[in-house]
This record gives sequence, C-alpha cells and structure tokens, in this order.
Amino acid sequence: MSVPEQATREYLDAPIRKIGALAWLKENLFNNWYNSLLTVLTLLALCYVVPPFFKWAFVDSLWNTSAEACRDIEGACWSIVPNNIKFIILGFFPEGQEWRPILAMILLLSLVIYSKEWTRWNKYLGWLWVAGLIVMGTLMYGGVFGMPVVETAQWSGLPLTMMLSFFGMVAAYPLGVLLALGRRSKMPAIKTLCVVYIEMIRGVPLISLLFMSSIMFPLFLPDGMTIDKVLRAQVAIILFTAAYIAEVVRGGLQAMPRGQYEASDSLGLNFRQTMRLVILPQALKIVIPPTVGILLSAFKDTSLVVIIALYDVLKTTKVTLSNPKWTGYSTEAYIFLAVLYFICCYAMSSYSRRLEKDLHTGH
Amino acid sequence: MQEQSSPGTDILKPSAAPFWRDEAKRAIVFQIVALLVVAGVSYYLYSNTQANLERQSIATGFGFLDKEASFEIGETLIEYSAADTYTRALAVGALNTLKVSFIGVVLTIILGTIVGIARLSSNWLISKLAAAYIEVMQNIPVLLQLFFWYAIFYEAFPSPKQALNPFDGLFICNRGMIFAIPEAHAAYSAMGWVFLLILIVGWFANRWGHRRQELTGQPFPAVRMTAVAAILLPVLVWVMYGSPTAMDMPALRGFNFQGGITISPEFSALLLGLVIYTSAFVAEIVRAGIQSVGRGQIEAAMAIGLRPGQVLHLVVLPQALRVIIPPLTSQMLNLTKNSSLAIAIGYADFVAVTNTMINQTGQAIEGIALIMLVFLFFSLSTSLFMNWYNKKMALVER
Repeated sequence: MSVPEQATREYLDAPIRKIGALAWLKENLFNNWYNSLLTVLTLLALCYVVPPFFKWAFVDSLWNTSAEACRDIEGACWSIVPNNIKFIILGFFPEGQEWRPILAMILLLSLVIYSKEWTRWNKYLGWLWVAGLIVMGTLMYGGVFGMPVVETAQWSGLPLTMMLSFFGMVAAYPLGVLLALGRRSKMPAIKTLCVVYIEMIRGVPLISLLFMSSIMFPLFLPDGMTIDKVLRAQVAIILFTAAYIAEVVRGGLQAMPRGQYEASDSLGLNFRQTMRLVILPQALKIVIPPTVGILLSAFKDTSLVVIIALYDVLKTTKVTLSNPKWTGYSTEAYIFLAVLYFICCYAMSSYSRRLEKDLHTGH
Repeated sequence: MQEQSSPGTDILKPSAAPFWRDEAKRAIVFQIVALLVVAGVSYYLYSNTQANLERQSIATGFGFLDKEASFEIGETLIEYSAADTYTRALAVGALNTLKVSFIGVVLTIILGTIVGIARLSSNWLISKLAAAYIEVMQNIPVLLQLFFWYAIFYEAFPSPKQALNPFDGLFICNRGMIFAIPEAHAAYSAMGWVFLLILIVGWFANRWGHRRQELTGQPFPAVRMTAVAAILLPVLVWVMYGSPTAMDMPALRGFNFQGGITISPEFSALLLGLVIYTSAFVAEIVRAGIQSVGRGQIEAAMAIGLRPGQVLHLVVLPQALRVIIPPLTSQMLNLTKNSSLAIAIGYADFVAVTNTMINQTGQAIEGIALIMLVFLFFSLSTSLFMNWYNKKMALVER
C-alpha cells in the first residue's frame, strides 16, 4: 500500500506557499493583521532611527584624525579612540614600560583560551596557572631583571579592570562555596555567622563596601600600617561576590536529593569526601547558569571602582574626555567601551552555555 | 593491665572514643574556635579604630546629626536649605533614593514585561529586536550606561538660552526637562481624594464580587466599573469646581527657568540607565515565567470555553507569576541598590548626601553604617513582604 504513495510523493512539487522567501515573510512577519501592523510600524521606526545613526557613525564620521579636524563635522569623531588608545588601555603605566602590561594581558588571555577545553583541566594546568600568575605579577610590579618597580597606584586601564575582575571571580568562587557549606552546616554558630555575613552583604550596595574599603578600613589598621588601595578594593569585590555565589551554590546544594548523601554515607565516605566527590560536582554543575550570571555582574561591577578614584578602563576614558581637546565626544568613547565590555561578557556567557552542554551527563 | 582494673567498660569502649574522633565534641570545639577568632579579630580592629580616632581627633557617635549641614542639595522633595541639620539632609537623600527607585521599579516592570512578551512574539522582527535589546543591555555595565545617558543629556542638549521648545509649556535644555503644570487649585486635591476613595471602594467591591461569584456563580464586573468611575468621577469633580485651566508656565529668568516642574538631567540619566539595564533582566524573567506555563494549561483553559483574556487572567498569569515574582523582587532590590550609583553623576541620593557628610565631618564609620542600615532596611522589609507573598501564592497541595 505504501509503495504507490511514496511514488506519487516523489513527483509532487513542494507547495509554493510553504517555502521560499515570500512564504517565510508571510509566516514570520505577516501571519495575521496585528503582526502585519506591528511589522510595518517597527520597520517605520527603524527607518527613522537606523539611517541617521548609520550616517552619523559611518558616513559623516572621522576615524583617525586630529581633534581639530573633528570640530567641523556632523558625524561621529571616532578619532578619540585611536588617538588616546594608549592612555585608555594602559592608563598611567610609565613611559617605555608599556610592553609589560601588554605582555601580561596576552599571557592571561592565552591561559584563559587554553583552559577553555574542560578536558584539559588537570593538575598540570593548575601549576601552569600558578606559574603564569607569578610571571604576570612580576611583569606588572617589576623590580627584577632590570624592570623598574611600578607601584600599584600606577596600575590602571584595562590591566586593572582585568585584574580586579579575574581575581574577583577566581577568589570569590571558593569562598562562596565555603560560605554556602557553612550556611548548610548543622553547627549553629558557624551557620549563624555565615547567614549574617551573606544576608548583610547581599543587603547593601557594592558602593558601600567600596567606600568601606577606601575610607573606613584605614581606620581599622594599627598606626603606620597601610594596605594597598587596589588590594583593598579587590578584597571588597571578592567579599561582595562571594556572598552572591554562596546563595547560588546553596540553591544547588538544596537541589541534591537526600539519597545522594545517604549513598555516600553507606559507602563510608567522610564529610569531606562526600562533598568533594559526590555532592559538589553535581551541585555546582546544575548552578552553572546563575553562577555565570553572578560572575558577569562581578566583571561589570568592577567599573564601580571609578567612584573610589581607581583608574580602571572607565576612569581612564573619563579622564580622556576631561581633556579640553576631546571634550564633547563622550558618546563615541562610551560606545567604544560598551563594545569592549559587550564582547567580553558575550564571550563569557556563550562559553558558559557550551560548558553546561559539555558537562551535561544526564539523559 | 588497665583492662583488668576496670572490668565491664569493654562493652562501652567503641563510644568512648577520644574527643577528636567524636563528631559532636569536635563540632563544639570547632565552633568555639570560630567564635573566638571572629571575636578576637573584631576586638583587634575595634581597639585599633579607637586609637586611630583618638589620634586623629575624630569625634564619634551620632551627635553630628543635629549640626548644621551647610551644603545645598540640588533637588529635594521636602523643604531644605543649607541651614538645616544633617538629619534633614539625610532625609532628603533617602527620599530622593526612594523617588528614583519607586519610579524606576514601576517603569522597569512595564518595559521589562513588554520586552519579555515581545521576545516571545511570533513576529520574527519583534522577537529578534527584543533579543538584541536584552543581550546588549545586559552586557554593558550599568555605570557606563549612566555616564552615557548623562553625557547625552549634558552635551547634546543646548543651554537654557537656546532651549528646545517643541510645543508650548515644554522646554528641553542641559538643565533638564521643564514643563508646565496646572496651577495649584482646590479642585486638584479634591480630585485626588475622590480618586483614592474610588480605588478603596473598588477594592472592596472586587472582594465582594469574588465572594459572590464563588457562592452564586454570578460575576460582578468590579474592575471595569472601578476603572470607569476612576476616570469619570474626578473629571466630574473638576467640572463642579468650575473647570480651572490656569497653568504654571515655565519662563526663562536670567540663566535658568522658573515655574513649572524641572526634571534634572541627573535624575533622567539615572532613571533611564537603571530602567534600561534592569528591564533587560526583567524581560528574561518574564519570558521564562510565561514559558514555564505548559501549553496544555492554555489548551485546557480554551477547551473549557474561557475567552483569551480570561485564559491569561485566570490560568496563565497566576502560574507564571509564581515563577516570576521571586527573581523579579531580587531585580527590584538590585535596582534600588544600583541607584546608589547616583553619586557618580551627581544626583543627590542617600549615598551621595552621606558621602558629602563624611567628607565634612570625617566620621566615616557612622556614615557608612547609616548607608548600610538604610539599605538593609529596604532589603529586609522587601524580603519580609516576599515571604508573605510567597506563602500567599504557594501551591496548595494535598
């Protein structure tokens, strides 16, 4: 019976209304009266917005000229970026030593890119990271191999942003896991300490912690002892992010069925083994998406150090804009920075989606 | 030898383990150590602080709150001058924070819901535009967005002398948006009271209507009637008062506008930045909430003959809201906390006022404690409300 049916199907032409560009348009843009109306209205609005923007950004714009040339044009003055790129990216790093932060950033990026494949995660990679971080620290600080010392006060621009966000994420994560375990602990004192810490930090804005680190913390230290300002801000970011990570991880721990604990108990595993081998690998895996959300916020929130006068990449941009020569081109400079941040965040979130898929072991 | 000296304890031996093998005792020791460490560090920091404060002769305590603030604040909701106390200055700051947060939350929910629904639209163009909006706005730091909008308001708009005047009673310049408001008249307060009264009556009518429908099956269109009354009756009151139309027109005097209402560029930039950033997150939450309601639910609702509005109102929304509300609340709190970034663009919110106060008095500890207390109060009261709401909305299971 089925044979003639198949035979006839071979000779049938595909229905013209189901394929092709016109059918796609009808299906996706004009499938009923209000969608058609919406499409038309949206296209009209786009016509009002996009061509003028395109003209401003690409047609009437200048890309690599002096500030004077920009005075007479209608469009965007992208020249602000190439003319000041060194200061925006590297800030106050001493003249002639620029290769050091650049090399450190390249090193960090290549380590990150190498570590992308989770199959490469092993002990040696850990040691490679330790070695890499030591080299980066040496490159930035100097003091050996004839490299002059560069105080942390001069670390600025993109290296500072990268450092604050990298350590903000990497140090906050284990701390957050510990806090989450503490919150789930059966010991009342530990539990109370962790709950108070987490809820207090989550209740206040990051700004207040940064203020605390910059103006209140010096009062806490004995006379004559000072701690580096960048380090203080770094610690504030770590402490802040850890509280949020803790809440996310707690969600993952709560989602673990009791049977997992009981099974590990019956295998004779102790608490540490239970956590390390059974519970955490599963719990941390199911909370990858919200964790990445937190880490992305941590990355974006490093820009808040502007308010306590650290020269991250946003602050160096603002300094550039306060130069009378380049005042008035903030739109262009901020768009450049937005693109920079967007690329980083987008790369991180798409990586997390891939990692989640790779690590998925369920059915 | 020892075993012989204490016969009969053999059977208890396994439980008489040394204390470091006993989990309960180990836990006690561990907790005591943790508490001691925390107490020790706190005492160390406290004694350092005392010594430092004495050495730098910084006053302690909240006595400074009664002193004269002697700084001006650009925009205030209550009467304030530089001669007022710090307490009043802080109140002005707190009200400004509340103002921007409240308006921000309302606008964010509206914009976020629209974008979230647009993301689910069957219209390809709308859906992709919404997706682009969400992806782009989520991934740009909110502080950068604030700077961006502030720069646009400050650089792109002309000075008050050349203010744009698109129509009568509205001026746009780099001092903000200035528009005309109706001149004060007894009619307006009466209209406000009538409106409020109708809302209260409508709320009770709605409850009564629900109860009647449950008892008798007879519906009562309380919401619709309230909406009609809420529009018509205030208009009626306005006409009864002799329909006053006098407007308070803004006019350029010297270098600035007088009259009307001014929305400062700081406030607009802060509001715009916060709303656009947060609404991208809210849109994702709304989308996830709507998608969490199974198709079967909608089909079942249509199968028993509910109209599309009823399907949304009675079946989809109650279930979607249960998923939406908790993350939505945390986004609203985020918006409130992010409003503290006002300090970066010069809007006088609570943090900015406190910061000025710290700079004047040097009492950093008290100032930061105040900031933390105020925000903790916002957060904790919101979580109390949330717990109540979650309990109310929780699934009633058998």
